[in-house]
Amino acid sequence: MNSIRVISILLTGFVYLVFQVLVLKNLVLFGTAFCFLYISYIILLPLDLKTIPTLLISFFLGLGVDLFYDTLGIHTAALLVIGFVRHRWVLVLLPKGGYDDDLQPSLLNMGLGWFLSYSLPLVLIHHTLFFYIESLGTDLFFTSLQKVIASAIFVLVMSIIVQLLLYRRRRGI
Amino acid sequence: MFVLLEVMAISLIVSNNSQQGSAFFNSSNKLSGSVFLTQSNVVDYFSLSSVNKSLMDKNAELLTELEALRKPADSVFIPLDSALFAGIRFKGAKVINNSLRLLQNHLTINKGSNHGVKSGMGVINEQGVVGRVKSVSRNFSTIISLLHTEILVSSKIKSNDVFGSTKWDGLDPQKAKLMYVPRHVVAAIGDQVVTSGYNSIFPEGIPIGTIIEVKPGKDTNYLDITIKLDTDFSKISYVYLVESFQQPELDSLHQTTGITNE
Repeated sequence: MNSIRVISILLTGFVYLVFQVLVLKNLVLFGTAFCFLYISYIILLPLDLKTIPTLLISFFLGLGVDLFYDTLGIHTAALLVIGFVRHRWVLVLLPKGGYDDDLQPSLLNMGLGWFLSYSLPLVLIHHTLFFYIESLGTDLFFTSLQKVIASAIFVLVMSIIVQLLLYRRRRGI
Repeated sequence: MFVLLEVMAISLIVSNNSQQGSAFFNSSNKLSGSVFLTQSNVVDYFSLSSVNKSLMDKNAELLTELEALRKPADSVFIPLDSALFAGIRFKGAKVINNSLRLLQNHLTINKGSNHGVKSGMGVINEQGVVGRVKSVSRNFSTIISLLHTEILVSSKIKSNDVFGSTKWDGLDPQKAKLMYVPRHVVAAIGDQVVTSGYNSIFPEGIPIGTIIEVKPGKDTNYLDITIKLDTDFSKISYVYLVESFQQPELDSLHQTTGITNE
């Protein structure tokens, strides 16, 4: 992994963070569907990135988002779980013949079916954790469930749109 | 590694749950404060007309009140008790960050300890109660919004002076619950709910909301009262901080006698 790639990964993360806290923070559909698009950054990290750097990135990204949402620690805790599970989940979904090196698991590279079965559980884990930690001490079980499902759908749709618009297919396939 | 970082995150959640958190890891620190300030400097232009209108309305209301208080030339003014006047001072501040869709909502304002803001001060705007100051940095402070599932505001029904606590139930940012009102009380739809002034965070009589639904509570001795909040949290742009000169005295008195009064 050369330094240009490291820098471009970090820069993308920064862009996601800024976009999240300045624009998407105010975007909530019907009071239930939140747009936590920043998790699609963790989801789209290159496949060969090891767990420990992923965890570090998740930690700092989560902390950054928490800082602006005033939800200290909740985003971080939920995001860390994704960062931790991601690598194992990728190995579970291993296609025949394995992955190419430094492949980005995006919609364009992997196809819609694979991408959904890869990202949907991760998004659901994150949202379940986030909304249930947030609602600790209240009796809002079904409201939270509604938020989890609505937000997960919203985030996935947004993530697909962003990938179609801004990401490039890997050359040479 | 995962366990370590996760434990750190959880300890942050726990430590932040106390109402007076540290000022560093939230939106009142310098970095996020200045980002929000820049953002609000840009975005504010879009709400200028509605802000102007609400300020005009408040001005008109205050002018009417002032007219009523003006002493006729042939009258004499005798203060009865100076303790009644010692009270309260207001400070204005601009809201630079606001949320209303989470369960624990916060606001950030552009005044901090440099301007005399202290944690625990009450926050209102021209419509009604907004929240309480949580933590303060030099130039910014974070406010716990009334839309926060753990804040209680001591309040009373204006028509019959029955008091209770207003608490948000996390469902609708325009509605809250009035709790601890016993069943024998007659609470009518349309009654106003205002602050009680018992704990000197808010002066007495600041509007909170209007009763829109009264039900017998399910399994308690209390009524289940829903109020519609007077404050429109989606449009807050300027707030007033309530500085009470009696609060430190009252707090220490409560502490020595062991009263926790919300």
